[in-house]
Amino acid sequence: MNGRESVLSAIRGALSGVPGSERPGDVPLASVQRADHAGPDVVGLFAERAAEYRATVVRVPATDAAAAVGRALARTGARSLVVPYGLPEDLVPRGPWSLLTDVPSLTVGQLDAADAVVTTVATAIAVTGTVTLDHGPGQGRRILTLLPDQHICVVRADQIAPDVPEALGLLDPYRPLTLISGPSATSDIELDRVEGVHGPRTLDIVVVEDA
Amino acid sequence: MSGADNVVWLGTPAFPEAARSALADTRLRTNLRRATGTIRDKRLAVAAELEDWEELRETAATIKSHTLRHLDHHLLRLEKAVTAAGGVVHWAADAAEANRIVTYLVQQTGEDEVVKVKSMATQEIGLNEALADAGIRAYETDLAELIVQLGGDRPSHILVPAIHRGRSEIREIFRREMGEWGRPAPENLTDEPRDLAEAARLHLREKFLRAKVAVSGANFAAADTGTIAVVESEGNGRMCLTLPETLITVMGIEKVLPSFADLDVFLQLLPRSSTGERMNPYTSLWTGVTEGDGPQNFHLVLLDNGRTATLSDEVGRQALACIRCSACLNVCPVYERTGGHAYGSVYPGPIGAVLTPQLVGIENAASLPFASTLCGACYDACPVKINIPEVLVHLRAEAVEAKRRGRLLPTTEGLAMKAAGAVLGSPRRLAAVQRLAAVGARLVARDGRIGALPGPFAVWSGTRDTPVPARESLRAWWRRTRTPTSEDARTAAEGKARR
Amino acid sequence: MRIALFITCFNDTMFPRTGRAVTELLERLGHTVEFPQGQTCCGQMHFNTGYRPETLPMVRRFAEVFAGYDAVVAPSGSCAGMVRDHHRVVAAQYGDAALAEAVEQVVPTVYELSELLVDVLGVTDVGAYFPHRVTYHPTCHSLRMLRVGDRPLRLLRAVKGIDLVELPDAESCCGFGGTFALKNADVSNAMLADKMRHVQDTRAEILSAGDNSCLTHIGGGLSRLRTGVGTMHLAEILAATEGDMR
Repeated sequence: MNGRESVLSAIRGALSGVPGSERPGDVPLASVQRADHAGPDVVGLFAERAAEYRATVVRVPATDAAAAVGRALARTGARSLVVPYGLPEDLVPRGPWSLLTDVPSLTVGQLDAADAVVTTVATAIAVTGTVTLDHGPGQGRRILTLLPDQHICVVRADQIAPDVPEALGLLDPYRPLTLISGPSATSDIELDRVEGVHGPRTLDIVVVEDA
Repeated sequence: MSGADNVVWLGTPAFPEAARSALADTRLRTNLRRATGTIRDKRLAVAAELEDWEELRETAATIKSHTLRHLDHHLLRLEKAVTAAGGVVHWAADAAEANRIVTYLVQQTGEDEVVKVKSMATQEIGLNEALADAGIRAYETDLAELIVQLGGDRPSHILVPAIHRGRSEIREIFRREMGEWGRPAPENLTDEPRDLAEAARLHLREKFLRAKVAVSGANFAAADTGTIAVVESEGNGRMCLTLPETLITVMGIEKVLPSFADLDVFLQLLPRSSTGERMNPYTSLWTGVTEGDGPQNFHLVLLDNGRTATLSDEVGRQALACIRCSACLNVCPVYERTGGHAYGSVYPGPIGAVLTPQLVGIENAASLPFASTLCGACYDACPVKINIPEVLVHLRAEAVEAKRRGRLLPTTEGLAMKAAGAVLGSPRRLAAVQRLAAVGARLVARDGRIGALPGPFAVWSGTRDTPVPARESLRAWWRRTRTPTSEDARTAAEGKARR
Repeated sequence: MRIALFITCFNDTMFPRTGRAVTELLERLGHTVEFPQGQTCCGQMHFNTGYRPETLPMVRRFAEVFAGYDAVVAPSGSCAGMVRDHHRVVAAQYGDAALAEAVEQVVPTVYELSELLVDVLGVTDVGAYFPHRVTYHPTCHSLRMLRVGDRPLRLLRAVKGIDLVELPDAESCCGFGGTFALKNADVSNAMLADKMRHVQDTRAEILSAGDNSCLTHIGGGLSRLRTGVGTMHLAEILAATEGDMR
């Protein structure tokens, strides 16, 4: 018997007490009422919660978005900016940094040497202060937001979902997905939280609101 | 043998003995107390933010128990979905088979090193050792796992395997060992957690950038879409899941969820219960392979290794609902004082005390179900409502039965319990023993207190005085001072008739 | 109300004064208390140590002896919890349908003392007087098995003359755990040491709880160290009146 058959038959043996009338689809969960954890000010809550996890959050009108990205770069002194395929032109800031476009694909070495990356997001989550990338146009391949040490996310206010279930409902499970809540961190030393390990150590979030 | 090897560490003494040496380690106790104290408060605060926390726990428990009751069905759905998305699914009945599969897959790539994301499943099967035997070096990339690996140590906590190490010990390990494994620690390394994290970043960076093969575990797998989830904090997970060409994920069969939508519940519960955060810094979700982004070869190894034996126990199977958050360890008064090594298992703490004996067979971990006061703090903290005290007493009964089966003569404890049962089985015998105890105890008591007690009670009386049994039991007082009820007359009559 | 007192084997032998206190208290509140002489033990020690077959006769005896009362009161959170949570498990395990039915009948009538007073009898001020500095240890089974919550504290706060002080880290286990204290004596001692330190930090004269087993453990340690801190069951404080203080 191969592993597959032996595991499956062991499972079936272990579950012989489950009545045949019980179907796998009968999960009685529809009645669960979910409380609203976000409150009325979804955008404000998102900004507050993201900042609590040490992301730098600014709220700007659409006309100021590129400039806000530029200010984030200036703050860290970034010299090079990775620009994913499909990023809207009006989000690319002018300034003393070189622009590295991912067409053709940047190498691992180029990305490791780059200082910063700017992306849009697929959605965001207010209650947890999370941004979610599905790595489609404007968000870049996964590696783009991993190797540069500063990640600047541009989030449209209308992309912010109140809570985890609403956000997951907006995502396409067949795309690679990354949920990001603050810069990389660890609690591995005495369960004390320290920001900045392998992923980007600086996370900037630019929330774009219509005037 | 119920199928699992490597879960328990051979040569570890039974819990009470291992605990004794752990308790003598004052540095360990200081480290543990500080760490568990910090995390307890954080967990309580973020759980209290959700007014429907209890409903979320209930929902999670329902999803888990229902999924386990139809596990074969959901695993076949998962297999189909992963395959359709370009992944390859393998099944392993035990640790040896899983190790063989992973070793073979690595060898097929022609590589002799892999980077690893922290994973309980691969820890459980002893994958690193199996790969080493085949000449393949496995690099742990989670900070705590790195500390354990560099220190030649064993994990002592599910979430933070190096919780038993304080910052200065970690600095020493880094300074001593990093050079042996790759880039050495910076010359002027301090014991500040920030600096230690930076040292790990520098040390591992070159390994991430050159790795062609990664091995991970999985927190969840959605059967409808074939999506796998890895929840982490440091970004080492993203590195491993993104940079290499080949990704091998080893996952216990109990991790499957019916649907992607079920992640709603678990992604709210896990980070809050685990690190006390509303959300962990990084969660990666992937479905098979994506052209032009990330590993182009994806293998999923589904691992039994004692899980189906656990599943066959209708009371014990709830332990398979565990999402490895480690909240039960952090609130456990026993764990807080002994640390994880005393449990002698990859799975320490309250969940380990119920999971380990089931994975390896009760006779191979018979002391673990007794390593608890049954205080119930673990049950209250568990985000999927595993009734750990219930499973503990269930397994205690199995341990006693296993012992009974294995010997011709009863144990001393067995005899004592039988005698106590006989006394407590009859009000007359109980009354007689009460009279004897009251007289006997007065012979040895001083100032109404008994100092030293004999035999197995010596460990009690070493640190505690024992009060003297009352001269007159309540039942005797009642008889002397109160008119008997009709009920009592009946009992008395029955007693007479029996004589 | 016709209330049966389930004194528990441990209190019967070691702390009959707790049983007398429960009786006085309930009679003072105008209720009839009976003591069924057929009672022995809830079976908790055997059940929790893994001796299930030995537990069965005790479960049976309990269901027989305590059938038919308006309420059954136990001055012990862990024994009340054993009856409430585990008697049906034992009945089911041995497939005894008649016993299972008898257990289902009796279980809803069983209360720990503070539950009976607050929930059934609807009192928090029982007219007690106890002019001492007291701290209260909530005991794990009262807290997390029975979920008595702050009922004992509400009862204690209403006691005249009492100086009730909060016990730091009160909800942590004292380390008793029945046979745990023997099987894992070292861990038990370590937990006991911390509990005693917290008790001493309160500078209370009396440590109270709803379970004499935990009090014997903590009090035994406090006595050995000659701390001068005494222990008293909750019932004994609630039974005390000004008349006692002559």
